[in-house]
Amino acid sequence: MTDDTPRTSVRMTVNGEDVETTFGTHKTLLEVLREELGLTGTKHGCELGECGACAVEVDGKPILSCLLMAAECDGAKVETVEGLMDDARLHPLQEAFADLGAAQCGYCTPGFLMTAKSLLDANPKATRAEVKEALSGCLCRCTGYQQIFDAVLSAADKMGRA
Amino acid sequence: MMHAFEYAAPKSLDEALKLLGSAWGDTEILAGGTDLLSLMKDFVVQPKRLVNLADVGLAGIAPEGDSLVIGAMTTLDALLAHASVPTALTQAAAGVHSPQLRSMGTIGGDLLQRPRCWYFRRGHGLLAQKDGASMVEAGDHRDHAVFGNGGAAKYVNPSSFAPALIALGASVKVRGQNGERSLAVKDLYRTPASATEREFTIASNEIVTHVVVPISRSSNATYEIRQRHGLDWPEASASVAVTVVDDKVTAASACLGHVAPVPWTVDVSSLVGSVLTAESAAAVAAEVVADATPLTMNGHKVELAKVALTRALLRAAGKEVVR
Repeated sequence: MTDDTPRTSVRMTVNGEDVETTFGTHKTLLEVLREELGLTGTKHGCELGECGACAVEVDGKPILSCLLMAAECDGAKVETVEGLMDDARLHPLQEAFADLGAAQCGYCTPGFLMTAKSLLDANPKATRAEVKEALSGCLCRCTGYQQIFDAVLSAADKMGRA
Repeated sequence: MMHAFEYAAPKSLDEALKLLGSAWGDTEILAGGTDLLSLMKDFVVQPKRLVNLADVGLAGIAPEGDSLVIGAMTTLDALLAHASVPTALTQAAAGVHSPQLRSMGTIGGDLLQRPRCWYFRRGHGLLAQKDGASMVEAGDHRDHAVFGNGGAAKYVNPSSFAPALIALGASVKVRGQNGERSLAVKDLYRTPASATEREFTIASNEIVTHVVVPISRSSNATYEIRQRHGLDWPEASASVAVTVVDDKVTAASACLGHVAPVPWTVDVSSLVGSVLTAESAAAVAAEVVADATPLTMNGHKVELAKVALTRALLRAAGKEVVR
């Protein structure tokens, strides 16, 4: 980057916290979250919208942070995997992923967690078929997916009972 | 990682139009970004300025006279949530198997997304020529065109919605410096003759603002065939609109997707006058694909196009056999 690279400032609410940050205008939300805000839970995967590793929520909608210009996020409410925990308590999805072996190397896990969260927020009683459909834009090369589907359904069950 | 560029978020269409360059490549229009940002990361397009249409008021769906007018910035999610959107379109939207892409992607962006051809995406240009020969013909072309591929263009049109909109007789509104014009969706596309041309008939400083879908009583449907259940573009798709009166077909239109450099409109008028059955659907589909010109590796797409058309017709007629 040279000195005359266009720069942009935005104010956002990230995981409930107000932040103001300045970055090269050509940066994606993913790059700003990781490089400017130090939130490295959201992962760089394919960078092309094919793997789901960078999934976060913006204004309550599931989005891919690698395909969203950070410059578009002024005033936005962003939720990342770092915001899933409630104080020191894991989110039921995080607990279920740990308990049922839904994470192996873990690289895809933040994307799966955030995508599953978006699904269960919109559809708390999702069926296995609906879970599979919602997660079909997320790639995992370790688990073979079955444990992930099990974990999402187990968390949905627990959240329904809580 | 993308190269640096200037970013503009105009508040009106007029302002947006002034920001667009008169040569392709200098400026690009940003809609949902799901295609454009990938192209920029691969350095296939490297605009000096990006013009974001998010704030110019092009999102939303409203009836207008005998039509449904869909703003170009309307997302796939919004299409799926709207009760009046024709089935052929919602079935195409549902085919995008990613909740994120459905909440980000727009109908205008879908219509103007660039081909998935891997030669194009790796920087070899739309026509992928090397030393005057087609890299596509010489290389792996299993996903390439099986119709309309006699010239240099061998890629396939990637749009999910164009076949459905063409079958439904839809048009787009296009705004330029000199005002607004209307264009049949079919006429939005062309097969470029040279590597410097784009695959669209609009100019770089024109904006597709709305999609206008005639409200009809036709039964319509889209049937897409993918290699696997996950997130991917179809290998072949078919969209159809069929009008049935007293059990007999009185009008029928169809368009195939992902099989030619443009959405491939096909003639299914031989269905008119008789009852639509599994046999008549299969017969007209066989007639349609008899004209296909597959390359050496993609003969399977001819069969897939035939099956997609047969099943789209049966789906529209409510006679689909769900396997």
